[in-house]
Amino acid sequence: IMATVSVCQYHRGGFSFENCKRNALLEADINKLGFSSPAARKTGTTICGVVYKDGVVLGADTRATEGMVVADKNCSKIHYISPNVYCCGAGTAADTEMTTQIISSNLELHSLSTGRLPRVATANRMLKQMLFRYQGYIGAALVLGGVDSTGPQLYSIYPHGSTDKLPYVTMGSGSLAAMAVFEDRYRPNMEEEEAKRLVRDAIAAGIFNDLGSGSNIDLCVITKGKVDYLRPHDVANKKGVRTGNYRYKHGTTDDTTHHTLTCFFPL
Amino acid sequence: MFLKYCLKDSVPVTGLCPQAGSYGVQDSLRRGFSSVKNELLPSHPLELSEKNFQLNQDKMNFNTLRNIQGLHAPLKLQMEYRAARQIQRLPFLPSSNLALDTLRGSDDSIGFEDILNDPVQSEMMGDPHIMTEYKLGVL
Repeated sequence: IMATVSVCQYHRGGFSFENCKRNALLEADINKLGFSSPAARKTGTTICGVVYKDGVVLGADTRATEGMVVADKNCSKIHYISPNVYCCGAGTAADTEMTTQIISSNLELHSLSTGRLPRVATANRMLKQMLFRYQGYIGAALVLGGVDSTGPQLYSIYPHGSTDKLPYVTMGSGSLAAMAVFEDRYRPNMEEEEAKRLVRDAIAAGIFNDLGSGSNIDLCVITKGKVDYLRPHDVANKKGVRTGNYRYKHGTTDDTTHHTLTCFFPL
Repeated sequence: MFLKYCLKDSVPVTGLCPQAGSYGVQDSLRRGFSSVKNELLPSHPLELSEKNFQLNQDKMNFNTLRNIQGLHAPLKLQMEYRAARQIQRLPFLPSSNLALDTLRGSDDSIGFEDILNDPVQSEMMGDPHIMTEYKLGVL
């Protein structure tokens, strides 16, 4: 009888919702028992991007949090999509990681099939269609930037699947701090050094004013034919060096008597 | 909280009747016992939409194709799909569905259905005798 149950269900891949009811029941009861359910690792983050004269500069901080604890002091939030397209990810760390990897694979297959360098708009379309399909349950907020045959482009993609094509974008918990810096100092057609300084300052504003962001600043400068992945571009929070030492120096204690014990260890 | 969401969006109950056998009633022999609580509501808002995703995509594409090119285009394609779907291995073995994938265009794209819960790597298999009998209609 046990075998007959599995006759009619065709086993298909993808997400399995078998445990959802069980999880809902556990959620309801677990607080009564005094435990708390495990929290997903988030990247409560500051990520931002800016379009300048020759290309795009993407920036991100490097802290990953798990509830109120820092899970990773130096995680990499700027993900590779294709040689000319990179993507920063905020939200649930696993979701951004898997989404960007899947889209990167799809874009590679697509570009092999067309024989051309992939476009940023293609990556944008693929991401928004996937995120909309899952109705926001995949918590990935992304800043997608790159340079292709139509020029430098920057997109921001929200977890529910809406996208915006803009000259400067910020996402994550520190996005307001970073956006304040952008609104003050952004101007169109900047030089590369000025753009890098602007992004560095925006991420630094997020790091120092938001608890969810911290550690270092990573930068990624994408131009036509060249990508500079600067990790770390700026170590904003260096771990302190211990000034004192509690160890006792050799010879502090005199030994007045000697006892020698020989031990035999039969092997 | 899930209750309000699902009832408001009028989920059709037919989509959520996995226990129905060939006569439309609950088939205890093959699918086990059921309870009203389990069957009335989906366990996750995405469960139904994911189960029918491929079907809905196909329906939408065929409709568009019919509007653009006329009735013959989706008919011909559906005939090819039906032929490709019949190329299967024995009932209890996983089939690669290569021809079907090529026709659909999903041979050059990767999604969650290829990474998570891959049927090829499933640890459970249906009993070969029962499955063949079911396929032949003898069961």
